[in-house]
Amino acid sequence: MEQLLQWFTQHQQIIYIVVLMVFVGIEVIGRVPSVLHTPLMSGANAIHGVVIIGAIIVMGKAEPDNYLALALGFVAVIVGTLNVVGGFVVTDRMLEMFRKKK
Amino acid sequence: MGINILALSYLIASVTFIVGLKMLSNPASARRGNMVAAVGMVFAIFATIFLYEEQSEGLGNYGWIFGGLIIGTVVGTLAAKKVKMTAMPQMVSLFNGMGGACAALISIVEFDHLVHSASSESIQNGSLLIIMLGLIIGSVSFSGSMVAWGKLDGRVGDYAFKGQHIFNLVLLGAMIALTSYLMLATSASPAFYFYVVLAIALIYGIFFVLPIGGADMPVVISLLNSFTGVAAACGGFLYDNNAMLTGGILVGAAGTLLTILMCRAMNRSLTNVLIGSFGGGAATAAASGAQGTYKEISLSDAAVVMSYANKVMIVPGYGLAVAQAQHACHELEKILTDKGVEVKYAIHPVAGRMPGHMNVLLAEADVSYDRLMEMEQANEDFPTTDVVLILGANDVVNPAAKTDPASPIYGMPILEVEMAKTVIVNKRSMKPGYAGIENDLFFRPKASMLFGDAKKVLQDLIAEVKNL
Repeated sequence: MEQLLQWFTQHQQIIYIVVLMVFVGIEVIGRVPSVLHTPLMSGANAIHGVVIIGAIIVMGKAEPDNYLALALGFVAVIVGTLNVVGGFVVTDRMLEMFRKKK
Repeated sequence: MGINILALSYLIASVTFIVGLKMLSNPASARRGNMVAAVGMVFAIFATIFLYEEQSEGLGNYGWIFGGLIIGTVVGTLAAKKVKMTAMPQMVSLFNGMGGACAALISIVEFDHLVHSASSESIQNGSLLIIMLGLIIGSVSFSGSMVAWGKLDGRVGDYAFKGQHIFNLVLLGAMIALTSYLMLATSASPAFYFYVVLAIALIYGIFFVLPIGGADMPVVISLLNSFTGVAAACGGFLYDNNAMLTGGILVGAAGTLLTILMCRAMNRSLTNVLIGSFGGGAATAAASGAQGTYKEISLSDAAVVMSYANKVMIVPGYGLAVAQAQHACHELEKILTDKGVEVKYAIHPVAGRMPGHMNVLLAEADVSYDRLMEMEQANEDFPTTDVVLILGANDVVNPAAKTDPASPIYGMPILEVEMAKTVIVNKRSMKPGYAGIENDLFFRPKASMLFGDAKKVLQDLIAEVKNL
Protein backbone atom coordinates (compact mmCIF):
# COMPACT_ATOMS: atom_id res chain seq x y z
CA MET A 1 0.00 0.00 0.00
CA GLU A 2 2.65 2.46 1.05
CA GLN A 3 4.61 1.58 -2.06
CA LEU A 4 1.65 2.48 -4.20
CA LEU A 5 1.11 5.80 -2.42
CA GLN A 6 4.76 6.62 -2.82
CA TRP A 7 4.54 5.71 -6.45
CA PHE A 8 1.54 8.02 -6.76
CA THR A 9 3.53 10.95 -5.35
CA GLN A 10 6.41 10.22 -7.66
CA HIS A 11 4.20 10.27 -10.69
CA GLN A 12 1.72 12.93 -9.76
CA GLN A 13 2.53 15.07 -12.77
CA ILE A 14 1.64 12.25 -15.11
CA ILE A 15 -1.51 11.58 -13.17
CA TYR A 16 -2.49 15.23 -13.51
CA ILE A 17 -2.03 15.01 -17.26
CA VAL A 18 -4.22 11.92 -17.37
CA VAL A 19 -7.03 13.58 -15.43
CA LEU A 20 -6.90 16.76 -17.49
CA MET A 21 -6.77 14.87 -20.78
CA VAL A 22 -9.88 12.93 -19.84
CA PHE A 23 -11.75 16.22 -19.55
CA VAL A 24 -10.21 17.62 -22.73
CA GLY A 25 -11.13 14.48 -24.66
CA ILE A 26 -14.73 14.64 -23.55
CA GLU A 27 -15.01 18.39 -24.07
CA VAL A 28 -13.43 18.40 -27.51
CA ILE A 29 -15.89 16.07 -29.21
CA GLY A 30 -18.93 16.96 -27.10
CA ARG A 31 -21.03 18.38 -29.92
CA VAL A 32 -20.19 16.15 -32.87
CA PRO A 33 -23.02 15.56 -35.38
CA SER A 34 -23.87 11.90 -35.93
CA VAL A 35 -22.76 12.20 -39.57
CA LEU A 36 -19.19 12.50 -38.36
CA HIS A 37 -19.24 9.64 -35.84
CA THR A 38 -17.47 7.22 -38.16
CA PRO A 39 -14.73 9.55 -39.45
CA LEU A 40 -14.14 10.81 -35.92
CA MET A 41 -13.77 7.27 -34.64
CA SER A 42 -11.38 6.52 -37.46
CA GLY A 43 -9.37 9.68 -36.78
CA ALA A 44 -9.15 8.87 -33.08
CA ASN A 45 -8.08 5.39 -34.13
CA ALA A 46 -5.16 6.89 -36.03
CA ILE A 47 -4.20 9.11 -33.10
CA HIS A 48 -3.84 6.24 -30.66
CA GLY A 49 -1.36 4.91 -33.16
CA VAL A 50 1.01 7.15 -31.19
CA VAL A 51 1.81 3.88 -29.43
CA ILE A 52 4.29 3.48 -32.31
CA ILE A 53 6.64 5.72 -30.33
CA GLY A 54 6.83 3.04 -27.67
CA ALA A 55 7.55 0.44 -30.33
CA ILE A 56 10.36 2.57 -31.75
CA ILE A 57 11.89 2.97 -28.30
CA VAL A 58 11.70 -0.77 -27.67
CA MET A 59 13.28 -1.47 -31.02
CA GLY A 60 15.98 1.16 -30.65
CA LYS A 61 16.99 0.00 -27.18
CA ALA A 62 17.14 -3.68 -28.03
CA GLU A 63 20.60 -5.17 -27.72
CA PRO A 64 21.82 -6.91 -30.86
CA ASP A 65 21.76 -10.32 -29.16
CA ASN A 66 18.34 -9.97 -27.59
CA TYR A 67 16.37 -11.77 -30.26
CA LEU A 68 13.06 -11.65 -28.42
CA ALA A 69 13.18 -7.84 -28.16
CA LEU A 70 14.40 -7.51 -31.74
CA ALA A 71 11.72 -9.72 -33.23
CA LEU A 72 8.81 -8.47 -31.15
CA GLY A 73 9.97 -4.88 -31.45
CA PHE A 74 10.14 -5.20 -35.21
CA VAL A 75 6.63 -6.61 -35.40
CA ALA A 76 5.46 -3.88 -33.02
CA VAL A 77 6.91 -1.18 -35.27
CA ILE A 78 5.16 -2.70 -38.29
CA VAL A 79 1.74 -3.04 -36.69
CA GLY A 80 2.07 0.37 -35.04
CA THR A 81 2.87 1.98 -38.39
CA LEU A 82 -0.09 0.15 -39.92
CA ASN A 83 -2.29 1.69 -37.26
CA VAL A 84 -0.97 5.21 -37.83
CA VAL A 85 -0.71 5.28 -41.62
CA GLY A 86 -3.75 3.14 -42.34
CA GLY A 87 -5.78 5.10 -39.81
CA PHE A 88 -5.00 8.50 -41.24
CA VAL A 89 -5.40 7.40 -44.87
CA VAL A 90 -8.75 5.71 -44.25
CA THR A 91 -10.01 8.76 -42.36
CA ASP A 92 -8.89 11.01 -45.18
CA ARG A 93 -10.68 8.85 -47.72
CA MET A 94 -13.88 9.01 -45.71
CA LEU A 95 -13.66 12.77 -45.34
CA GLU A 96 -12.80 13.27 -48.98
CA MET A 97 -16.39 12.31 -49.63
CA PHE A 98 -17.61 15.18 -47.52
CA ARG A 99 -15.94 17.98 -49.39
CA LYS A 100 -18.35 20.45 -50.88
CA LYS A 101 -18.05 20.55 -54.62
CA LYS A 102 -19.30 23.51 -56.46
CA MET B 1 19.87 20.17 -26.89
CA GLY B 2 18.40 17.17 -28.66
CA ILE B 3 16.41 16.07 -25.66
CA ASN B 4 14.89 19.55 -25.37
CA ILE B 5 13.82 19.56 -28.98
CA LEU B 6 12.32 16.13 -28.39
CA ALA B 7 10.25 17.46 -25.50
CA LEU B 8 9.12 20.37 -27.65
CA SER B 9 8.15 17.99 -30.46
CA TYR B 10 6.06 15.98 -28.07
CA LEU B 11 4.32 19.13 -26.90
CA ILE B 12 3.57 20.09 -30.52
CA ALA B 13 2.30 16.59 -31.23
CA SER B 14 0.02 16.65 -28.18
CA VAL B 15 -1.44 19.98 -29.22
CA THR B 16 -2.03 18.80 -32.80
CA PHE B 17 -3.86 15.74 -31.46
CA ILE B 18 -6.21 17.91 -29.43
CA VAL B 19 -6.73 20.48 -32.19
CA GLY B 20 -7.10 17.72 -34.80
CA LEU B 21 -9.73 15.94 -32.78
CA LYS B 22 -11.58 19.20 -32.26
CA MET B 23 -11.53 19.94 -35.99
CA LEU B 24 -12.62 16.40 -36.78
CA SER B 25 -15.89 16.98 -34.99
CA ASN B 26 -16.97 19.69 -37.41
CA PRO B 27 -17.88 18.84 -41.04
CA ALA B 28 -16.23 21.94 -42.48
CA SER B 29 -12.82 21.42 -40.88
CA ALA B 30 -12.77 17.65 -40.46
CA ARG B 31 -10.41 16.84 -43.27
CA ARG B 32 -7.89 19.48 -42.26
CA GLY B 33 -8.17 18.22 -38.68
CA ASN B 34 -7.10 14.78 -39.79
CA MET B 35 -4.11 16.31 -41.59
CA VAL B 36 -3.12 18.38 -38.56
CA ALA B 37 -3.06 15.31 -36.34
CA ALA B 38 -1.12 13.36 -38.97
CA VAL B 39 1.55 16.06 -39.20
CA GLY B 40 1.90 16.05 -35.41
CA MET B 41 2.30 12.30 -35.50
CA VAL B 42 5.06 12.43 -38.11
CA PHE B 43 6.84 15.03 -35.99
CA ALA B 44 6.66 12.85 -32.89
CA ILE B 45 7.83 9.74 -34.73
CA PHE B 46 10.90 11.30 -36.31
CA ALA B 47 11.82 13.23 -33.19
CA THR B 48 11.72 9.95 -31.28
CA ILE B 49 13.88 8.13 -33.79
CA PHE B 50 16.62 10.73 -33.92
CA LEU B 51 16.50 12.54 -30.61
CA TYR B 52 15.36 10.04 -28.01
CA GLU B 53 18.00 9.13 -25.50
CA GLU B 54 18.12 7.15 -22.30
CA GLN B 55 21.04 7.69 -19.94
CA SER B 56 22.49 9.88 -22.70
CA GLU B 57 22.47 7.02 -25.12
CA GLY B 58 20.55 7.34 -28.36
CA LEU B 59 18.55 4.65 -30.11
CA GLY B 60 20.12 2.10 -32.38
CA ASN B 61 18.88 -0.53 -34.80
CA TYR B 62 17.92 2.12 -37.35
CA GLY B 63 17.78 -0.49 -40.07
CA TRP B 64 15.12 -2.43 -38.22
CA ILE B 65 13.18 0.68 -37.29
CA PHE B 66 13.07 2.10 -40.79
CA GLY B 67 12.42 -1.35 -42.25
CA GLY B 68 9.37 -1.70 -40.03
CA LEU B 69 8.21 1.82 -40.74
CA ILE B 70 8.49 1.33 -44.49
CA ILE B 71 6.74 -2.03 -44.51
CA GLY B 72 3.96 -0.66 -42.32
CA THR B 73 3.57 2.47 -44.41
CA VAL B 74 3.41 0.64 -47.73
CA VAL B 75 1.02 -2.06 -46.54
CA GLY B 76 -1.12 0.41 -44.58
CA THR B 77 -1.42 2.87 -47.45
CA LEU B 78 -2.24 0.18 -49.98
CA ALA B 79 -4.81 -1.47 -47.73
CA ALA B 80 -6.45 1.84 -46.88
CA LYS B 81 -6.49 3.02 -50.49
CA LYS B 82 -7.74 -0.18 -52.01
CA VAL B 83 -10.51 -0.95 -49.57
CA LYS B 84 -14.03 -0.43 -50.92
CA MET B 85 -16.24 2.21 -49.33
CA THR B 86 -18.52 -0.54 -48.04
CA ALA B 87 -15.65 -2.27 -46.26
CA MET B 88 -14.42 0.87 -44.46
CA PRO B 89 -15.73 -0.18 -41.02
CA GLN B 90 -13.82 -3.47 -41.12
CA MET B 91 -10.68 -1.60 -42.04
CA VAL B 92 -10.96 0.72 -39.05
CA SER B 93 -11.41 -2.29 -36.83
CA LEU B 94 -8.38 -4.00 -38.36
CA PHE B 95 -6.14 -0.95 -37.85
CA ASN B 96 -7.43 -0.59 -34.32
CA GLY B 97 -6.46 -4.18 -33.62
CA MET B 98 -2.95 -3.44 -34.92
CA GLY B 99 -2.60 -0.63 -32.38
CA GLY B 100 -3.72 -2.97 -29.61
CA ALA B 101 -1.22 -5.61 -30.74
CA CYS B 102 1.52 -2.98 -30.74
CA ALA B 103 0.76 -2.03 -27.14
CA ALA B 104 0.70 -5.67 -26.07
CA LEU B 105 4.03 -6.40 -27.80
CA ILE B 106 5.66 -3.46 -26.05
CA SER B 107 4.46 -4.86 -22.74
CA ILE B 108 5.90 -8.29 -23.51
CA VAL B 109 9.35 -6.89 -24.31
CA GLU B 110 9.33 -4.56 -21.31
CA PHE B 111 8.29 -7.40 -19.02
CA ASP B 112 11.13 -9.49 -20.28
CA HIS B 113 13.40 -6.53 -19.59
CA LEU B 114 12.03 -6.12 -16.09
CA VAL B 115 12.49 -9.78 -15.20
CA HIS B 116 16.12 -9.77 -16.26
CA SER B 117 17.08 -6.56 -14.56
CA ALA B 118 16.77 -6.58 -10.78
CA SER B 119 16.03 -2.95 -10.12
CA SER B 120 14.61 -1.41 -6.97
CA GLU B 121 11.38 -3.03 -5.98
CA SER B 122 9.01 -0.11 -5.58
CA ILE B 123 9.54 1.13 -9.11
CA GLN B 124 9.35 -2.41 -10.30
CA ASN B 125 5.88 -2.85 -8.88
CA GLY B 126 4.59 0.39 -10.36
CA SER B 127 6.02 -0.43 -13.76
CA LEU B 128 4.75 -3.97 -13.53
CA LEU B 129 1.21 -2.75 -12.97
CA ILE B 130 1.44 -0.51 -16.03
CA ILE B 131 2.99 -3.30 -18.10
CA MET B 132 0.21 -5.68 -17.09
CA LEU B 133 -2.46 -3.08 -17.88
CA GLY B 134 -0.95 -2.40 -21.30
CA LEU B 135 -0.72 -6.12 -21.95
CA ILE B 136 -4.29 -6.92 -20.93
CA ILE B 137 -6.01 -3.95 -22.55
CA GLY B 138 -3.90 -4.18 -25.71
CA SER B 139 -4.53 -7.92 -26.12
CA VAL B 140 -8.27 -7.61 -25.51
CA SER B 141 -8.41 -4.80 -28.03
CA PHE B 142 -6.43 -6.84 -30.55
CA SER B 143 -8.40 -10.08 -30.40
CA GLY B 144 -11.70 -8.23 -30.02
CA SER B 145 -11.00 -6.07 -33.05
CA MET B 146 -10.08 -9.12 -35.09
CA VAL B 147 -13.41 -10.74 -34.24
CA ALA B 148 -15.26 -7.49 -35.03
CA TRP B 149 -13.44 -7.34 -38.34
CA GLY B 150 -14.38 -10.95 -39.11
CA LYS B 151 -17.99 -10.28 -38.24
CA LEU B 152 -18.32 -7.22 -40.43
CA ASP B 153 -16.58 -9.07 -43.22
CA GLY B 154 -19.04 -11.92 -42.88
CA ARG B 155 -16.33 -14.41 -41.92
CA VAL B 156 -17.45 -14.89 -38.33
CA GLY B 157 -21.01 -15.44 -37.21
CA ASP B 158 -22.70 -14.50 -33.96
CA TYR B 159 -21.98 -17.04 -31.30
CA ALA B 160 -23.22 -17.18 -27.74
CA PHE B 161 -23.59 -19.98 -25.24
CA LYS B 162 -25.42 -20.24 -21.99
CA GLY B 163 -23.63 -18.55 -19.14
CA GLN B 164 -21.27 -16.70 -21.42
CA HIS B 165 -21.47 -13.57 -19.32
CA ILE B 166 -20.47 -15.55 -16.25
CA PHE B 167 -17.67 -17.17 -18.24
CA ASN B 168 -16.43 -13.71 -19.23
CA LEU B 169 -16.57 -12.50 -15.65
CA VAL B 170 -14.56 -15.53 -14.56
CA LEU B 171 -11.91 -14.73 -17.18
CA LEU B 172 -11.80 -11.12 -16.01
CA GLY B 173 -11.49 -12.23 -12.40
CA ALA B 174 -8.71 -14.66 -13.29
CA MET B 175 -6.73 -11.89 -14.99
CA ILE B 176 -7.04 -9.61 -11.98
CA ALA B 177 -6.12 -12.40 -9.58
CA LEU B 178 -3.07 -13.49 -11.56
CA THR B 179 -1.89 -9.90 -11.97
CA SER B 180 -2.20 -9.25 -8.24
CA TYR B 181 -0.37 -12.48 -7.55
CA LEU B 182 2.42 -11.49 -9.91
CA MET B 183 2.80 -8.15 -8.17
CA LEU B 184 2.49 -9.18 -4.55
CA ALA B 185 4.16 -12.56 -4.38
CA THR B 186 7.71 -13.06 -5.52
CA SER B 187 7.04 -15.98 -7.76
CA ALA B 188 9.80 -18.26 -8.94
CA SER B 189 8.61 -18.17 -12.54
CA PRO B 190 6.87 -14.85 -13.18
CA ALA B 191 7.07 -15.35 -16.94
CA PHE B 192 4.72 -18.31 -16.74
CA TYR B 193 1.97 -16.30 -15.06
CA PHE B 194 2.59 -13.43 -17.40
CA TYR B 195 1.94 -15.54 -20.47
CA VAL B 196 -1.11 -17.13 -18.87
CA VAL B 197 -2.53 -13.62 -18.42
CA LEU B 198 -1.71 -12.86 -22.05
CA ALA B 199 -3.57 -15.97 -23.19
CA ILE B 200 -6.58 -15.22 -21.02
CA ALA B 201 -6.70 -11.62 -22.27
CA LEU B 202 -6.72 -12.80 -25.88
CA ILE B 203 -9.50 -15.29 -25.18
CA TYR B 204 -11.44 -12.70 -23.25
CA GLY B 205 -11.34 -10.31 -26.21
CA ILE B 206 -12.77 -12.99 -28.46
CA PHE B 207 -15.63 -13.91 -26.15
CA PHE B 208 -16.30 -10.27 -25.34
CA VAL B 209 -17.16 -9.48 -28.96
CA LEU B 210 -18.49 -12.84 -30.24
CA PRO B 211 -22.00 -12.70 -28.79
CA ILE B 212 -22.65 -9.11 -29.85
CA GLY B 213 -24.78 -8.77 -32.97
CA GLY B 214 -23.22 -7.61 -36.22
CA ALA B 215 -25.42 -4.51 -36.33
CA ASP B 216 -23.85 -3.33 -33.08
CA MET B 217 -20.28 -3.70 -34.31
CA PRO B 218 -19.71 0.05 -34.83
CA VAL B 219 -20.36 0.63 -31.13
CA VAL B 220 -18.03 -2.21 -30.20
CA ILE B 221 -15.28 -0.95 -32.49
CA SER B 222 -15.59 2.49 -30.98
CA LEU B 223 -15.28 0.97 -27.51
CA LEU B 224 -12.26 -1.12 -28.49
CA ASN B 225 -10.83 2.02 -30.04
CA SER B 226 -10.91 3.76 -26.68
CA PHE B 227 -9.39 0.63 -25.10
CA THR B 228 -6.43 0.88 -27.44
CA GLY B 229 -6.14 4.53 -26.49
CA VAL B 230 -5.76 3.56 -22.85
CA ALA B 231 -3.25 0.84 -23.78
CA ALA B 232 -1.20 3.44 -25.66
CA ALA B 233 -1.34 5.69 -22.61
CA CYS B 234 0.11 2.85 -20.53
CA GLY B 235 3.12 3.03 -22.81
CA GLY B 236 3.27 6.75 -22.07
CA PHE B 237 3.35 5.99 -18.36
CA LEU B 238 6.07 3.44 -18.84
CA TYR B 239 8.40 5.67 -20.82
CA ASP B 240 7.37 8.93 -19.17
CA ASN B 241 6.36 9.97 -22.66
CA ASN B 242 3.91 12.82 -22.78
CA ALA B 243 2.94 12.48 -26.44
CA MET B 244 1.89 8.87 -25.92
CA LEU B 245 0.18 9.77 -22.70
CA THR B 246 -1.87 12.68 -24.03
CA GLY B 247 -2.67 10.96 -27.33
CA GLY B 248 -3.72 7.75 -25.61
CA ILE B 249 -5.81 9.26 -22.85
CA LEU B 250 -7.37 11.74 -25.27
CA VAL B 251 -8.56 8.90 -27.49
CA GLY B 252 -9.55 6.84 -24.47
CA ALA B 253 -11.81 9.61 -23.17
CA ALA B 254 -13.12 10.83 -26.51
CA GLY B 255 -13.64 7.26 -27.68
CA THR B 256 -15.67 6.39 -24.62
CA LEU B 257 -17.87 9.45 -25.10
CA LEU B 258 -18.23 8.68 -28.80
CA THR B 259 -19.31 5.14 -27.93
CA ILE B 260 -22.00 6.52 -25.66
CA LEU B 261 -23.11 9.02 -28.32
CA MET B 262 -23.40 6.21 -30.87
CA CYS B 263 -25.54 4.19 -28.48
CA ARG B 264 -27.70 7.23 -27.89
CA ALA B 265 -28.23 7.64 -31.63
CA MET B 266 -29.79 4.17 -31.54
CA ASN B 267 -31.64 4.99 -28.34
CA ARG B 268 -29.99 2.16 -26.46
CA SER B 269 -27.70 1.95 -23.51
CA LEU B 270 -24.15 0.63 -23.69
CA THR B 271 -24.98 -2.19 -21.29
CA ASN B 272 -27.86 -3.15 -23.53
CA VAL B 273 -25.49 -3.37 -26.49
CA LEU B 274 -22.82 -5.29 -24.60
CA ILE B 275 -25.14 -7.75 -22.92
CA GLY B 276 -26.40 -8.17 -26.43
CA SER B 277 -30.09 -8.22 -27.17
CA PHE B 278 -29.57 -8.08 -30.95
CA GLY B 279 -27.54 -11.25 -31.09
CA GLY B 280 -29.08 -13.14 -28.20
CA GLY B 281 -32.78 -12.40 -28.41
CA ALA B 282 -33.29 -12.51 -32.15
CA ALA B 283 -34.40 -16.11 -32.26
CA THR B 284 -37.34 -15.64 -29.92
CA ALA B 285 -38.66 -12.52 -31.58
CA ALA B 286 -38.82 -14.13 -35.00
CA ALA B 287 -41.88 -16.07 -33.95
CA SER B 288 -44.20 -13.09 -34.24
CA GLY B 289 -46.73 -14.45 -36.76
CA ALA B 290 -49.30 -12.39 -38.68
CA GLN B 291 -47.28 -12.27 -41.87
CA GLY B 292 -50.02 -11.83 -44.43
CA THR B 293 -49.12 -11.13 -48.02
CA TYR B 294 -47.06 -8.48 -49.70
CA LYS B 295 -47.63 -6.98 -53.10
CA GLU B 296 -45.15 -6.28 -55.85
CA ILE B 297 -45.00 -3.26 -58.08
CA SER B 298 -43.73 -3.33 -61.64
CA LEU B 299 -40.85 -1.16 -62.76
CA SER B 300 -42.99 0.92 -65.11
CA ASP B 301 -45.61 1.51 -62.44
CA ALA B 302 -42.94 2.60 -60.01
CA ALA B 303 -41.49 4.94 -62.62
CA VAL B 304 -44.91 6.51 -63.28
CA VAL B 305 -45.73 6.93 -59.60
CA MET B 306 -42.42 8.65 -58.97
CA SER B 307 -42.42 10.87 -62.07
CA TYR B 308 -45.82 12.32 -61.25
CA ALA B 309 -45.19 12.79 -57.58
CA ASN B 310 -44.54 16.21 -56.07
CA LYS B 311 -42.12 14.97 -53.51
CA VAL B 312 -40.08 11.79 -53.38
CA MET B 313 -38.06 10.76 -50.35
CA ILE B 314 -35.30 8.19 -50.83
CA VAL B 315 -34.36 6.07 -47.83
CA PRO B 316 -30.96 4.48 -48.44
CA GLY B 317 -29.68 1.50 -46.47
CA TYR B 318 -26.97 -1.09 -46.51
CA GLY B 319 -28.43 -2.65 -49.67
CA LEU B 320 -27.49 0.53 -51.54
CA ALA B 321 -23.93 0.28 -50.27
CA VAL B 322 -23.58 -3.39 -51.16
CA ALA B 323 -24.89 -2.83 -54.67
CA GLN B 324 -22.62 0.24 -55.08
CA ALA B 325 -25.73 1.95 -56.39
CA GLN B 326 -25.00 5.45 -55.12
CA HIS B 327 -24.24 6.84 -58.59
CA ALA B 328 -27.37 5.30 -60.10
CA CYS B 329 -29.28 6.73 -57.18
CA HIS B 330 -27.93 10.21 -57.83
CA GLU B 331 -28.83 9.90 -61.50
CA LEU B 332 -32.42 8.95 -60.70
CA GLU B 333 -32.55 11.94 -58.40
CA LYS B 334 -31.36 14.24 -61.21
CA ILE B 335 -33.85 12.90 -63.75
CA LEU B 336 -36.73 13.23 -61.33
CA THR B 337 -35.63 16.73 -60.38
CA ASP B 338 -35.60 17.66 -64.07
CA LYS B 339 -39.21 16.56 -64.22
CA GLY B 340 -40.04 18.95 -61.42
CA VAL B 341 -40.13 16.41 -58.62
CA GLU B 342 -38.66 17.43 -55.29
CA VAL B 343 -36.24 14.69 -54.29
CA LYS B 344 -34.77 14.37 -50.81
CA TYR B 345 -32.88 11.69 -48.92
CA ALA B 346 -33.90 10.56 -45.46
CA ILE B 347 -30.84 9.44 -43.55
CA HIS B 348 -31.26 7.35 -40.44
CA PRO B 349 -28.32 7.86 -38.08
CA VAL B 350 -27.42 4.19 -38.09
CA ALA B 351 -28.43 3.26 -41.63
CA GLY B 352 -25.80 1.06 -43.21
CA ARG B 353 -23.12 -0.47 -41.08
CA MET B 354 -21.80 2.66 -39.39
CA PRO B 355 -23.18 6.01 -38.37
CA GLY B 356 -22.65 8.36 -41.27
CA HIS B 357 -22.16 5.47 -43.71
CA MET B 358 -24.91 6.73 -46.03
CA ASN B 359 -23.69 10.32 -46.00
CA VAL B 360 -20.24 9.20 -47.06
CA LEU B 361 -21.64 6.98 -49.77
CA LEU B 362 -23.98 9.59 -51.24
CA ALA B 363 -21.35 12.28 -51.02
CA GLU B 364 -19.13 10.03 -53.13
CA ALA B 365 -21.77 10.21 -55.84
CA ASP B 366 -21.85 14.02 -55.54
CA VAL B 367 -25.28 14.15 -54.00
CA SER B 368 -25.63 17.68 -52.70
CA TYR B 369 -25.39 18.15 -48.96
CA ASP B 370 -28.68 20.00 -48.55
CA ARG B 371 -30.71 17.14 -49.99
CA LEU B 372 -29.79 14.92 -47.08
CA MET B 373 -32.29 15.12 -44.25
CA GLU B 374 -31.59 13.88 -40.76
CA MET B 375 -34.11 11.62 -39.12
CA GLU B 376 -36.12 14.20 -37.14
CA GLN B 377 -36.36 16.48 -40.14
CA ALA B 378 -37.38 13.63 -42.44
CA ASN B 379 -40.05 12.42 -40.06
CA GLU B 380 -41.61 15.88 -40.13
CA ASP B 381 -41.58 15.77 -43.91
CA PHE B 382 -43.07 12.32 -44.49
CA PRO B 383 -46.75 13.41 -44.15
CA THR B 384 -46.29 15.72 -47.15
CA THR B 385 -44.33 13.15 -49.16
CA ASP B 386 -45.96 11.31 -52.05
CA VAL B 387 -43.54 8.47 -52.60
CA VAL B 388 -40.94 6.96 -50.32
CA LEU B 389 -38.38 4.82 -52.12
CA ILE B 390 -36.57 2.51 -49.73
CA LEU B 391 -33.30 1.24 -51.15
CA GLY B 392 -32.00 -1.70 -49.19
CA ALA B 393 -32.91 -0.34 -45.78
CA ASN B 394 -34.80 -2.55 -43.39
CA ASP B 395 -34.41 -2.30 -39.64
CA VAL B 396 -34.37 1.50 -39.66
CA VAL B 397 -37.91 1.57 -41.08
CA ASN B 398 -39.28 -1.36 -39.08
CA PRO B 399 -42.44 -0.24 -37.25
CA ALA B 400 -41.85 -2.97 -34.67
CA ALA B 401 -39.30 -0.65 -33.08
CA LYS B 402 -42.22 1.56 -32.07
CA THR B 403 -45.01 -0.91 -31.47
CA ASP B 404 -43.64 -4.28 -30.40
CA PRO B 405 -41.97 -4.31 -26.97
CA ALA B 406 -40.83 -7.89 -27.61
CA SER B 407 -38.79 -6.86 -30.62
CA PRO B 408 -35.05 -6.68 -30.10
CA ILE B 409 -34.95 -3.27 -31.75
CA TYR B 410 -37.82 -1.93 -29.64
CA GLY B 411 -37.13 1.65 -28.63
CA MET B 412 -34.86 2.52 -31.52
CA PRO B 413 -36.15 5.62 -33.31
CA ILE B 414 -37.12 4.86 -36.89
CA LEU B 415 -37.96 6.70 -40.08
CA GLU B 416 -41.75 6.81 -40.07
CA VAL B 417 -42.17 6.15 -43.77
CA GLU B 418 -45.78 5.08 -43.31
CA MET B 419 -46.78 8.70 -42.90
CA ALA B 420 -46.18 9.13 -46.63
CA LYS B 421 -48.79 8.28 -49.28
CA THR B 422 -46.94 5.40 -50.97
CA VAL B 423 -43.94 3.34 -50.00
CA ILE B 424 -41.89 1.46 -52.58
CA VAL B 425 -39.43 -0.99 -51.09
CA ASN B 426 -36.46 -2.21 -53.06
CA LYS B 427 -34.91 -5.34 -51.58
CA ARG B 428 -33.18 -8.32 -53.01
CA SER B 429 -35.58 -10.77 -51.39
CA MET B 430 -37.98 -11.06 -48.49
CA LYS B 431 -35.15 -12.13 -46.22
CA PRO B 432 -35.01 -10.22 -42.93
CA GLY B 433 -32.43 -7.50 -42.37
CA TYR B 434 -29.25 -7.46 -40.38
CA ALA B 435 -30.89 -7.65 -36.97
CA GLY B 436 -32.54 -10.87 -38.18
CA ILE B 437 -36.11 -9.78 -37.60
CA GLU B 438 -39.18 -9.66 -39.84
CA ASN B 439 -40.43 -6.28 -40.98
CA ASP B 440 -44.18 -5.77 -40.84
CA LEU B 441 -43.89 -2.72 -43.01
CA PHE B 442 -43.60 -4.83 -46.14
CA PHE B 443 -46.99 -6.37 -45.51
CA ARG B 444 -48.79 -3.10 -44.91
CA PRO B 445 -51.26 -1.86 -47.56
CA LYS B 446 -49.23 1.25 -48.38
CA ALA B 447 -46.08 -0.69 -49.18
CA SER B 448 -45.22 -2.44 -52.42
CA MET B 449 -42.12 -4.40 -53.19
CA LEU B 450 -39.67 -3.92 -56.03
CA PHE B 451 -37.32 -6.88 -55.90
CA GLY B 452 -33.80 -6.91 -57.27
CA ASP B 453 -30.29 -5.63 -56.81
CA ALA B 454 -30.44 -1.91 -56.00
CA LYS B 455 -28.13 -0.85 -58.82
CA LYS B 456 -29.92 -2.89 -61.48
CA VAL B 457 -33.35 -1.74 -60.32
CA LEU B 458 -32.27 1.90 -60.25
CA GLN B 459 -30.81 1.72 -63.75
CA ASP B 460 -34.01 0.15 -65.05
CA LEU B 461 -36.05 2.78 -63.25
CA ILE B 462 -33.98 5.54 -64.85
CA ALA B 463 -34.60 4.03 -68.28
CA GLU B 464 -38.32 3.79 -67.61
CA VAL B 465 -38.55 7.36 -66.36
CA LYS B 466 -36.70 8.56 -69.46
CA ASN B 467 -39.15 6.73 -71.72
CA LEU B 468 -42.21 8.30 -70.17
